[in-house]
Amino acid sequence: MRQNRQNQTRNLPCQKRSIRHSFCLYTHYLSINIRSAMEYKSSFFLTALGQFLVSFHVFLGILFLFQRFSNVKGFTYSEVLLCYSIVLLEFSLAEMFARGFDQFSEMVRSGSFDRVLVRPRNELLQVLGSKFELTRIGRLLQALAMFFYGILQSHILWTPGKIITVIFMLFGGTCLFSGIFLLYASLCFFTLEGLEFMNIATDGAREYGKYPLSIYGKRMLQFTTFVIPYALVQYYPLLYLLDKRNGVFYVFLPLLSVLFLAPCYLLWRFGVKCYTSSGS
Amino acid sequence: MITMEHVCKSYRIAKRNAGFKEACKALFHREQEEIQALRDVSFTIQDGEMVGYIGPNGAGKSSTIKILSGILTPDSGQCLVNGLIPWKNRIRHVKEIGVVFGQRSQLWWDVPVIDSFLLLKDIYSIPDSVYRSNTDELTELLHLKELLRTPARQLSLGQRMRCEIAASLLHSPKILFLDEPTIGLDAVSKLAVRDFIRSQNQLHGTTVILTTHDMQDIEALTSRILLIGRGEILLDGTLEDIKRGGQTIDETIAQLYQEYEI
Repeated sequence: MRQNRQNQTRNLPCQKRSIRHSFCLYTHYLSINIRSAMEYKSSFFLTALGQFLVSFHVFLGILFLFQRFSNVKGFTYSEVLLCYSIVLLEFSLAEMFARGFDQFSEMVRSGSFDRVLVRPRNELLQVLGSKFELTRIGRLLQALAMFFYGILQSHILWTPGKIITVIFMLFGGTCLFSGIFLLYASLCFFTLEGLEFMNIATDGAREYGKYPLSIYGKRMLQFTTFVIPYALVQYYPLLYLLDKRNGVFYVFLPLLSVLFLAPCYLLWRFGVKCYTSSGS
Repeated sequence: MITMEHVCKSYRIAKRNAGFKEACKALFHREQEEIQALRDVSFTIQDGEMVGYIGPNGAGKSSTIKILSGILTPDSGQCLVNGLIPWKNRIRHVKEIGVVFGQRSQLWWDVPVIDSFLLLKDIYSIPDSVYRSNTDELTELLHLKELLRTPARQLSLGQRMRCEIAASLLHSPKILFLDEPTIGLDAVSKLAVRDFIRSQNQLHGTTVILTTHDMQDIEALTSRILLIGRGEILLDGTLEDIKRGGQTIDETIAQLYQEYEI
């Protein structure tokens, strides 16, 4: 009886891991995470509200600053707001969908990564699916509100090129932040502990990202162009949006930051190879 | 068929003495010791066998299971499970095995058990018909009907373990690794789990490899016993081979451990 069934299972094409298939599994993970979160409704809503308030407080910070100064290195209030809201949107999206990496140190230490390895799916997909930080919806809403407010205030003349630029910025930025989360997780293979200093690259970048990166000086701009390419999703395309620079080049620049995922992924593969389980 | 030939595995373990001062010292200089978890382990297990894998704590049982299930890569030696090298063909290999870690749950804590099962159906790409017949069979044999709609966090240990075992068998694995499946269970649950494992073996010819400290499990289930100590296979035989001195099987095993000084 079971022999028959085994044959059926085995005859399925083994290597046919279509992207659609993985995407289905990913959404299934998402749905089970939502169902889990719904078990604790009040906790969920309060945390989400907290996230909203934290970002709102940063917004107030910018507002008060600009009541005293009319511009920061040539950028006006509404321009800074637009810049920050885009960074915040990217960050919240990455956080919602790639925060599984954040708890990865716990997975390695407790040995639950073993479970991931005995399942016939990509390790990365399973780790991603293990946790979605859905309470970050609070921050996302705040970012969205600021984004639309910024757009209304900035009097940008919207052309198709600029709309595409914004979409590319969001996409590239989300990939970039996810890459940093992935980097963070990969390091856990070697240290077993989460590394707090990595937060400079994530939460720190979110905070620095409030203002166009040029205000921090030339060195910072170089670093964020060539090492961790924040400037590619923030400063340069912003200049294009604000008509301070011209050229189709700037539209596609944010996509370049997707390349950052490659070294992160390689380090991850290397980490999986080095993995030595823990305990019994 | 499972074959292991001359498998060795060692770990590096950091050691330090007790105390705050020592902990500070260890920050800068760490004494490392190499532990030989497995030395030259070889054995063969045929399809449909039920094997008890016993040995004292830290003897290398878990390391063996982890190598066989593709989690760890050995330092040297050969290992083939149904013609595949576990750590090289991980994804193809793990489709054919089921693993139950008695101490770790694979069910989602906050959602009903059936939701976890449905996720596993997607993970293993189990066809609808197979999934339906397997859940029907497992529900009946393990008496899960009432449990499936309860969130895992509200199940008792015994109930949860029955669900865990069912979850590991949804994809009709040919080999089942059980790592202490009856730990902490009451008498009734233990008997139920044992009956079930036996019936799976008889009905579907599932190969079962069982590690446990509960000698009654071994007595009730397995026909062959592998005894491991200090990373070496010390004894490979039937239950009768082992039952020499001693009144109960626990005493016999204790004697064996003494005999081999492990």
